[in-house]
Amino acid sequence: MNFPENLKYTESNEWINVEGKVATIGISDFAQDQLSDIVFAEVIVSVGDIVKKGDTIATIESVKAAADVYSPVSGKVLSVNEQLAGAPEVINTDPYGAAWIITIDLSNPAEENALLNAAAYDKLVQAHE
Amino acid sequence: MFIPHTDADRAAMLRSIGKSKLEDLFGDVPKKYRFPVLDLPPAQTEMEISAELQEMSLANESVRDLVCFLGAGAYNHYVPAAVDAIIRRGEFLTAYTPYQPELSQGTLQAIFEYQSNVAALTGMEVCNASHYDGATAVAEAVNMAYANFRGKRDKVILSPALHPQYRQTIRTYTEGSPIILIGDDEHADLKTSPDSLIQLIDSDTAVVIVQYPDFFGRIYDYTKLADAAHAVGALLAVSVNPIALGLFKTPGSMNADIVTGEGQPLGIPLSFGGPYLGLFATRKEFVRKMAGRLTGETIDNRGQKAYVLTLTAREQHIRREKATSNICTNQGLMALASTVYMSLLGKNGLRQVAELCFHKAHYAAERIANLPGYSLWSPTTFFNEFVIHCPAPASEINDLLLDHDILGGYDLSQDYPDLVNHILIAVTEMNACEQIDRLVEVLAEVNHG
Repeated sequence: MNFPENLKYTESNEWINVEGKVATIGISDFAQDQLSDIVFAEVIVSVGDIVKKGDTIATIESVKAAADVYSPVSGKVLSVNEQLAGAPEVINTDPYGAAWIITIDLSNPAEENALLNAAAYDKLVQAHE
Repeated sequence: MFIPHTDADRAAMLRSIGKSKLEDLFGDVPKKYRFPVLDLPPAQTEMEISAELQEMSLANESVRDLVCFLGAGAYNHYVPAAVDAIIRRGEFLTAYTPYQPELSQGTLQAIFEYQSNVAALTGMEVCNASHYDGATAVAEAVNMAYANFRGKRDKVILSPALHPQYRQTIRTYTEGSPIILIGDDEHADLKTSPDSLIQLIDSDTAVVIVQYPDFFGRIYDYTKLADAAHAVGALLAVSVNPIALGLFKTPGSMNADIVTGEGQPLGIPLSFGGPYLGLFATRKEFVRKMAGRLTGETIDNRGQKAYVLTLTAREQHIRREKATSNICTNQGLMALASTVYMSLLGKNGLRQVAELCFHKAHYAAERIANLPGYSLWSPTTFFNEFVIHCPAPASEINDLLLDHDILGGYDLSQDYPDLVNHILIAVTEMNACEQIDRLVEVLAEVNHG
């Protein structure tokens, strides 16, 4: 299982990459592995929307299950990955790259501190298995 | 009556909830209502009851007893005997969702054929199976359109020529929701083209809903309306009479996004309160927003053709909080009846039925409009139903027709205050030429006083 050191993670299996005031959000390698083959992804927020920490930002469906993706932080949506709907399988093949879901302009950067680092998230995942 | 609990069981149950006798459970019901004395006649035997009900049923007059010119959403078409023979097979006589493909190949194949037929008939890509009736199907179109825009568009435009009861059903479905319904004010101009709805469409509009043929029987091309809706990102939903689609161009070819309809004309008999059938078809891009389930054709592990439920994205057993509808178990048997009907008739047969309806209706309309005091309300092309302006209130005319064993048309003043003395007359392949001539004769009497 691959959990890059430069990212932060949530207990609900999202990853977040913060650069300055801008955060990029996706779902973790563990999440995509649990879901198995992903057949559908829909981002349900639009550029300019204000999201709060914990809001649903996307819905992902695999051959096994359907899952909501929650925003780990609060802020304004800067961009949405328009490619996901047409190629949801990239969530399986490249969860930390091509499968980014949205970017957010952080309204409360301190929220990042409450998130898990790679080691802590890895421990959480181990406990699940 | 079999009651599984013994007195000892009951005493034990009462003890465990701290009550001493059964009556204590009803303490919250006001005393005088607690054990009302029912003034019922003495119990009768099954034989006696059967005879009594038989006698009561003789007071009914159905379309077997009367000549029928009543339509307004439900139509008296011929139902081939094979429809009933097939749907009464024990293997089919359940509407329950066939979750287990290994047990349900026949049902699943029938659903697959139903979907394929309805998609072809409406000119759409996907179709669910199914909704309760035409009214609830169109209300589901509102729900789907609203959910499609995730609540960001709250305006729904209803054509005033959409069936009044369908509009009522939409109002019931959307009560308490943020959805705003516009376009069908009581005194909306009924004679202008549906393109007049275009001025109401804006970026808050989720969906525009029209009927085809409209409630007054008129045929319009909704292509321009669809284009205007799409120009601002809104959807167009069309509620259809499926028989008309045997003859006229499909809503799909007009770029409609959702097509709903009353499936009753497709081999389902007229009956008070149903069961009827709600048709619902849409474009592939909305397949995950559509209520209900989709059956697909596949290959099993022995390489044989097989059918399974392939998509139930919005069904409540998958994700209740994401469902756009509570439809689950539904009108499977009626969907089957319509499948048998469509299969028996085929494309050409359906066209013949539609042509018969069209020509007979036009013969009737022309003859009635030539009577002194009567006139055709609209010059627009119509299918099998038309509005006549009469020299007397429609209710009086219908009373007179009933005296002659004719079930008259629909009294439009019930729903449209401006259409006093207007009657909606439906003609189908069931109406022989002599029946139409008799209708004309009786109507002629009205004017003579």
